[in-house]
Amino acid sequence: MAVRHAARGSVVATGLAVAALSVSAVGAAAQGGTVTVGSNYSDEVPKAAFQAALDHCAQQTGDTYVVNTVEHGAFQDNINSYLQGTPDDVFTWFAGYRAKFFYAQGLAAPVSDVWADIESNYNPAFKGASTADDGEQIFVPFYNYPWVVIYNKAIWDEKGYEVPHTLEEFTALATQMQADGLIPVAFADKDGWPAMGTFDILNMRINGYDFHTGLMAGSESWTDPKVTAVFEAWRSLLPVHQAGALGRTWQEAAQDMIAGRAGMYFLGTFAGEQADEAQRANLDFFPFPTLGTEFDAQLGIDAPIDGFMLSREPANADGAKDLLRCLATGAAQNAFLAVSPNNVAAANDADTSAYTPFQEKAAAIIAGSGAIAQFLDRDTRPDFAGANGMQSFLQSFLGEPDQDLAALQASIQDFWDTLPPQ
Amino acid sequence: MPEGRRRRRRGSTLTTRDRLTLVGMVAVPTFLVVAFILVPTILSILLSFTSWNGIGGLDRIQYVGLDNYVNLFTKYRPFWPALSHNILWLAFFLFVATPLGLFFAVLLDKGIRGTRIYQSVLYMPVVLSLAIVGFIWTLQYSPDQGFLNNLFGTTSRDEHFIDWLGDKDINLWAVLVAASWRHVGYVMVLYLAGLKAVDPSLREAAQLDGANERQTFLRVVFPVLRPINIVVLVITVIESLRAFDIAYVINRGKNGLELLSILVTNNLIGEASLVGFGSAIAVVLLVISLGPIVYYLVRSVRAEAE
Repeated sequence: MAVRHAARGSVVATGLAVAALSVSAVGAAAQGGTVTVGSNYSDEVPKAAFQAALDHCAQQTGDTYVVNTVEHGAFQDNINSYLQGTPDDVFTWFAGYRAKFFYAQGLAAPVSDVWADIESNYNPAFKGASTADDGEQIFVPFYNYPWVVIYNKAIWDEKGYEVPHTLEEFTALATQMQADGLIPVAFADKDGWPAMGTFDILNMRINGYDFHTGLMAGSESWTDPKVTAVFEAWRSLLPVHQAGALGRTWQEAAQDMIAGRAGMYFLGTFAGEQADEAQRANLDFFPFPTLGTEFDAQLGIDAPIDGFMLSREPANADGAKDLLRCLATGAAQNAFLAVSPNNVAAANDADTSAYTPFQEKAAAIIAGSGAIAQFLDRDTRPDFAGANGMQSFLQSFLGEPDQDLAALQASIQDFWDTLPPQ
Repeated sequence: MPEGRRRRRRGSTLTTRDRLTLVGMVAVPTFLVVAFILVPTILSILLSFTSWNGIGGLDRIQYVGLDNYVNLFTKYRPFWPALSHNILWLAFFLFVATPLGLFFAVLLDKGIRGTRIYQSVLYMPVVLSLAIVGFIWTLQYSPDQGFLNNLFGTTSRDEHFIDWLGDKDINLWAVLVAASWRHVGYVMVLYLAGLKAVDPSLREAAQLDGANERQTFLRVVFPVLRPINIVVLVITVIESLRAFDIAYVINRGKNGLELLSILVTNNLIGEASLVGFGSAIAVVLLVISLGPIVYYLVRSVRAEAE
């Protein structure tokens, strides 16, 4: 390994020397460098939004940004070989364990020197989510969004529903909706990950943030009775959830809620992407109700942070870091959010006066939470969260909610135990 | 050793160019088979005794003995369902889809009116990739927006709700219908070609002997189709063992749609791969595939010997 590294280093050094020669020959060309950016913003709206942010940064830095966009799901699936091959200088990624994992494998470079410049622009929680176990910063936050209960305001006004704050109020409202011929809570888990949001929020409400992160990190056991309590609470809520979740995509469930066939939907605010402009103005949301436990005051919530990482040997490290500094400014984040107003800016100096009421509320809910998690598949090791791991276990539970929970929990713990040490 | 001498003498009549051509014709395919089939197969078998997350150099591969296999057979929940789904897939193809293809071929071979249209319609799905077939059928089966549930009034807004893709007792059958939609056309075309090649005088002779339609087909035509039957059998077995695309497109092979090939893929690709464990599943699939392959090879070698 060491030998190979040295060899690679010398190749890079020669490359740099050649590059330096050619730059000095051209002179002024040093001003407009090129930085490559690997992007998973493949859907229409976020793709246009990201381009707007890059255009803003290109003006600021004078560099040219070449974007290599890959379909969102495929980007994640291939991240491993992508990062080991010839990755772009900067790539889009997610905060938390999911970022630390690739840094720990040597597939990403630290950006602590960038953080020295941008630190004042972020709350400490963002810095924590961007810091690896060795203390280096490895990630630059761009925006985040909360997981909340979203509803169609027009329907609620028409029926006179009130926002529930406790579980009792929530189930009473759901029963009322059922009587009114609505599906109380839209639900979908065909892709395997959306139900993780429900697990997270119930676990944080019932067992608190510390137990939740401990469970994700493997220091708590899945066979713990506390986990049983989560599944039992979930089971009791399933009757007010839309049937047939395992055959439905979150997009379809979101459309049911937007069209007013379903009264509520617990999802990230990205559900708004399914609404057209007129419908989006009609959407409102509230935090998941409290369950009457000692952790109510914590108001724990999933508010995943999306952002950027630096690949392990960027061809243009200086340009890439300039880009990261720019993307860490409110101005760049505002440029993105102007096109895709379903998230809130991560930077403190972002101009919030242009926020829609939807965004203002999202920002308030995140600010009001005392314990912010990322999301199950961002807080634990990727092989555990994947298709044959937690995705399958949660689907198994939803398919047969009355099954023997002890056996299910034992098989989850078994699966964790068979994973190779990292 | 007269024979050996004769052979040597005959060999010496070859020119250098002939010899080079011969060597090339043997060496190139041999190289391809060794490089792209044998070596990867052996590497997979070796990897199945290791633990590796696919990141970094060979020094990060750890030998773990039989751990992967023990986990696979005793602890890994999707394995036994996947194996039984593959077997069910094979049975469904063998006893439903393939006979249906033969049936269509016989009907179309009769030259009924509009036979070309029927042929095109039935063959059309074969031209589509299975991924597209999966996508098309997802639209049919989708719970609330799908065609079937809206036709029968069985969406989640109605009393009788059928979750074609999400109910793990139904979804495999739904997928088998979709896969058969394609397989039937494939088998039909193979048999159609075979039937066209059957000597018409055979049928005439059978009819002169007083055989009815059914007897003619079962006793005369079908036995003559033996070479096609073997090809179809092999194709059916292969298609069932490598069944992958449709289930993968629909839900990545979870929740009732587990298949061995998908378990291999899910463990090998993704953000953190379990290369050793995925290889162990691949080895199991290899062992299962060897059965029909060996059977086919033994038969064809014996047929050539005759």
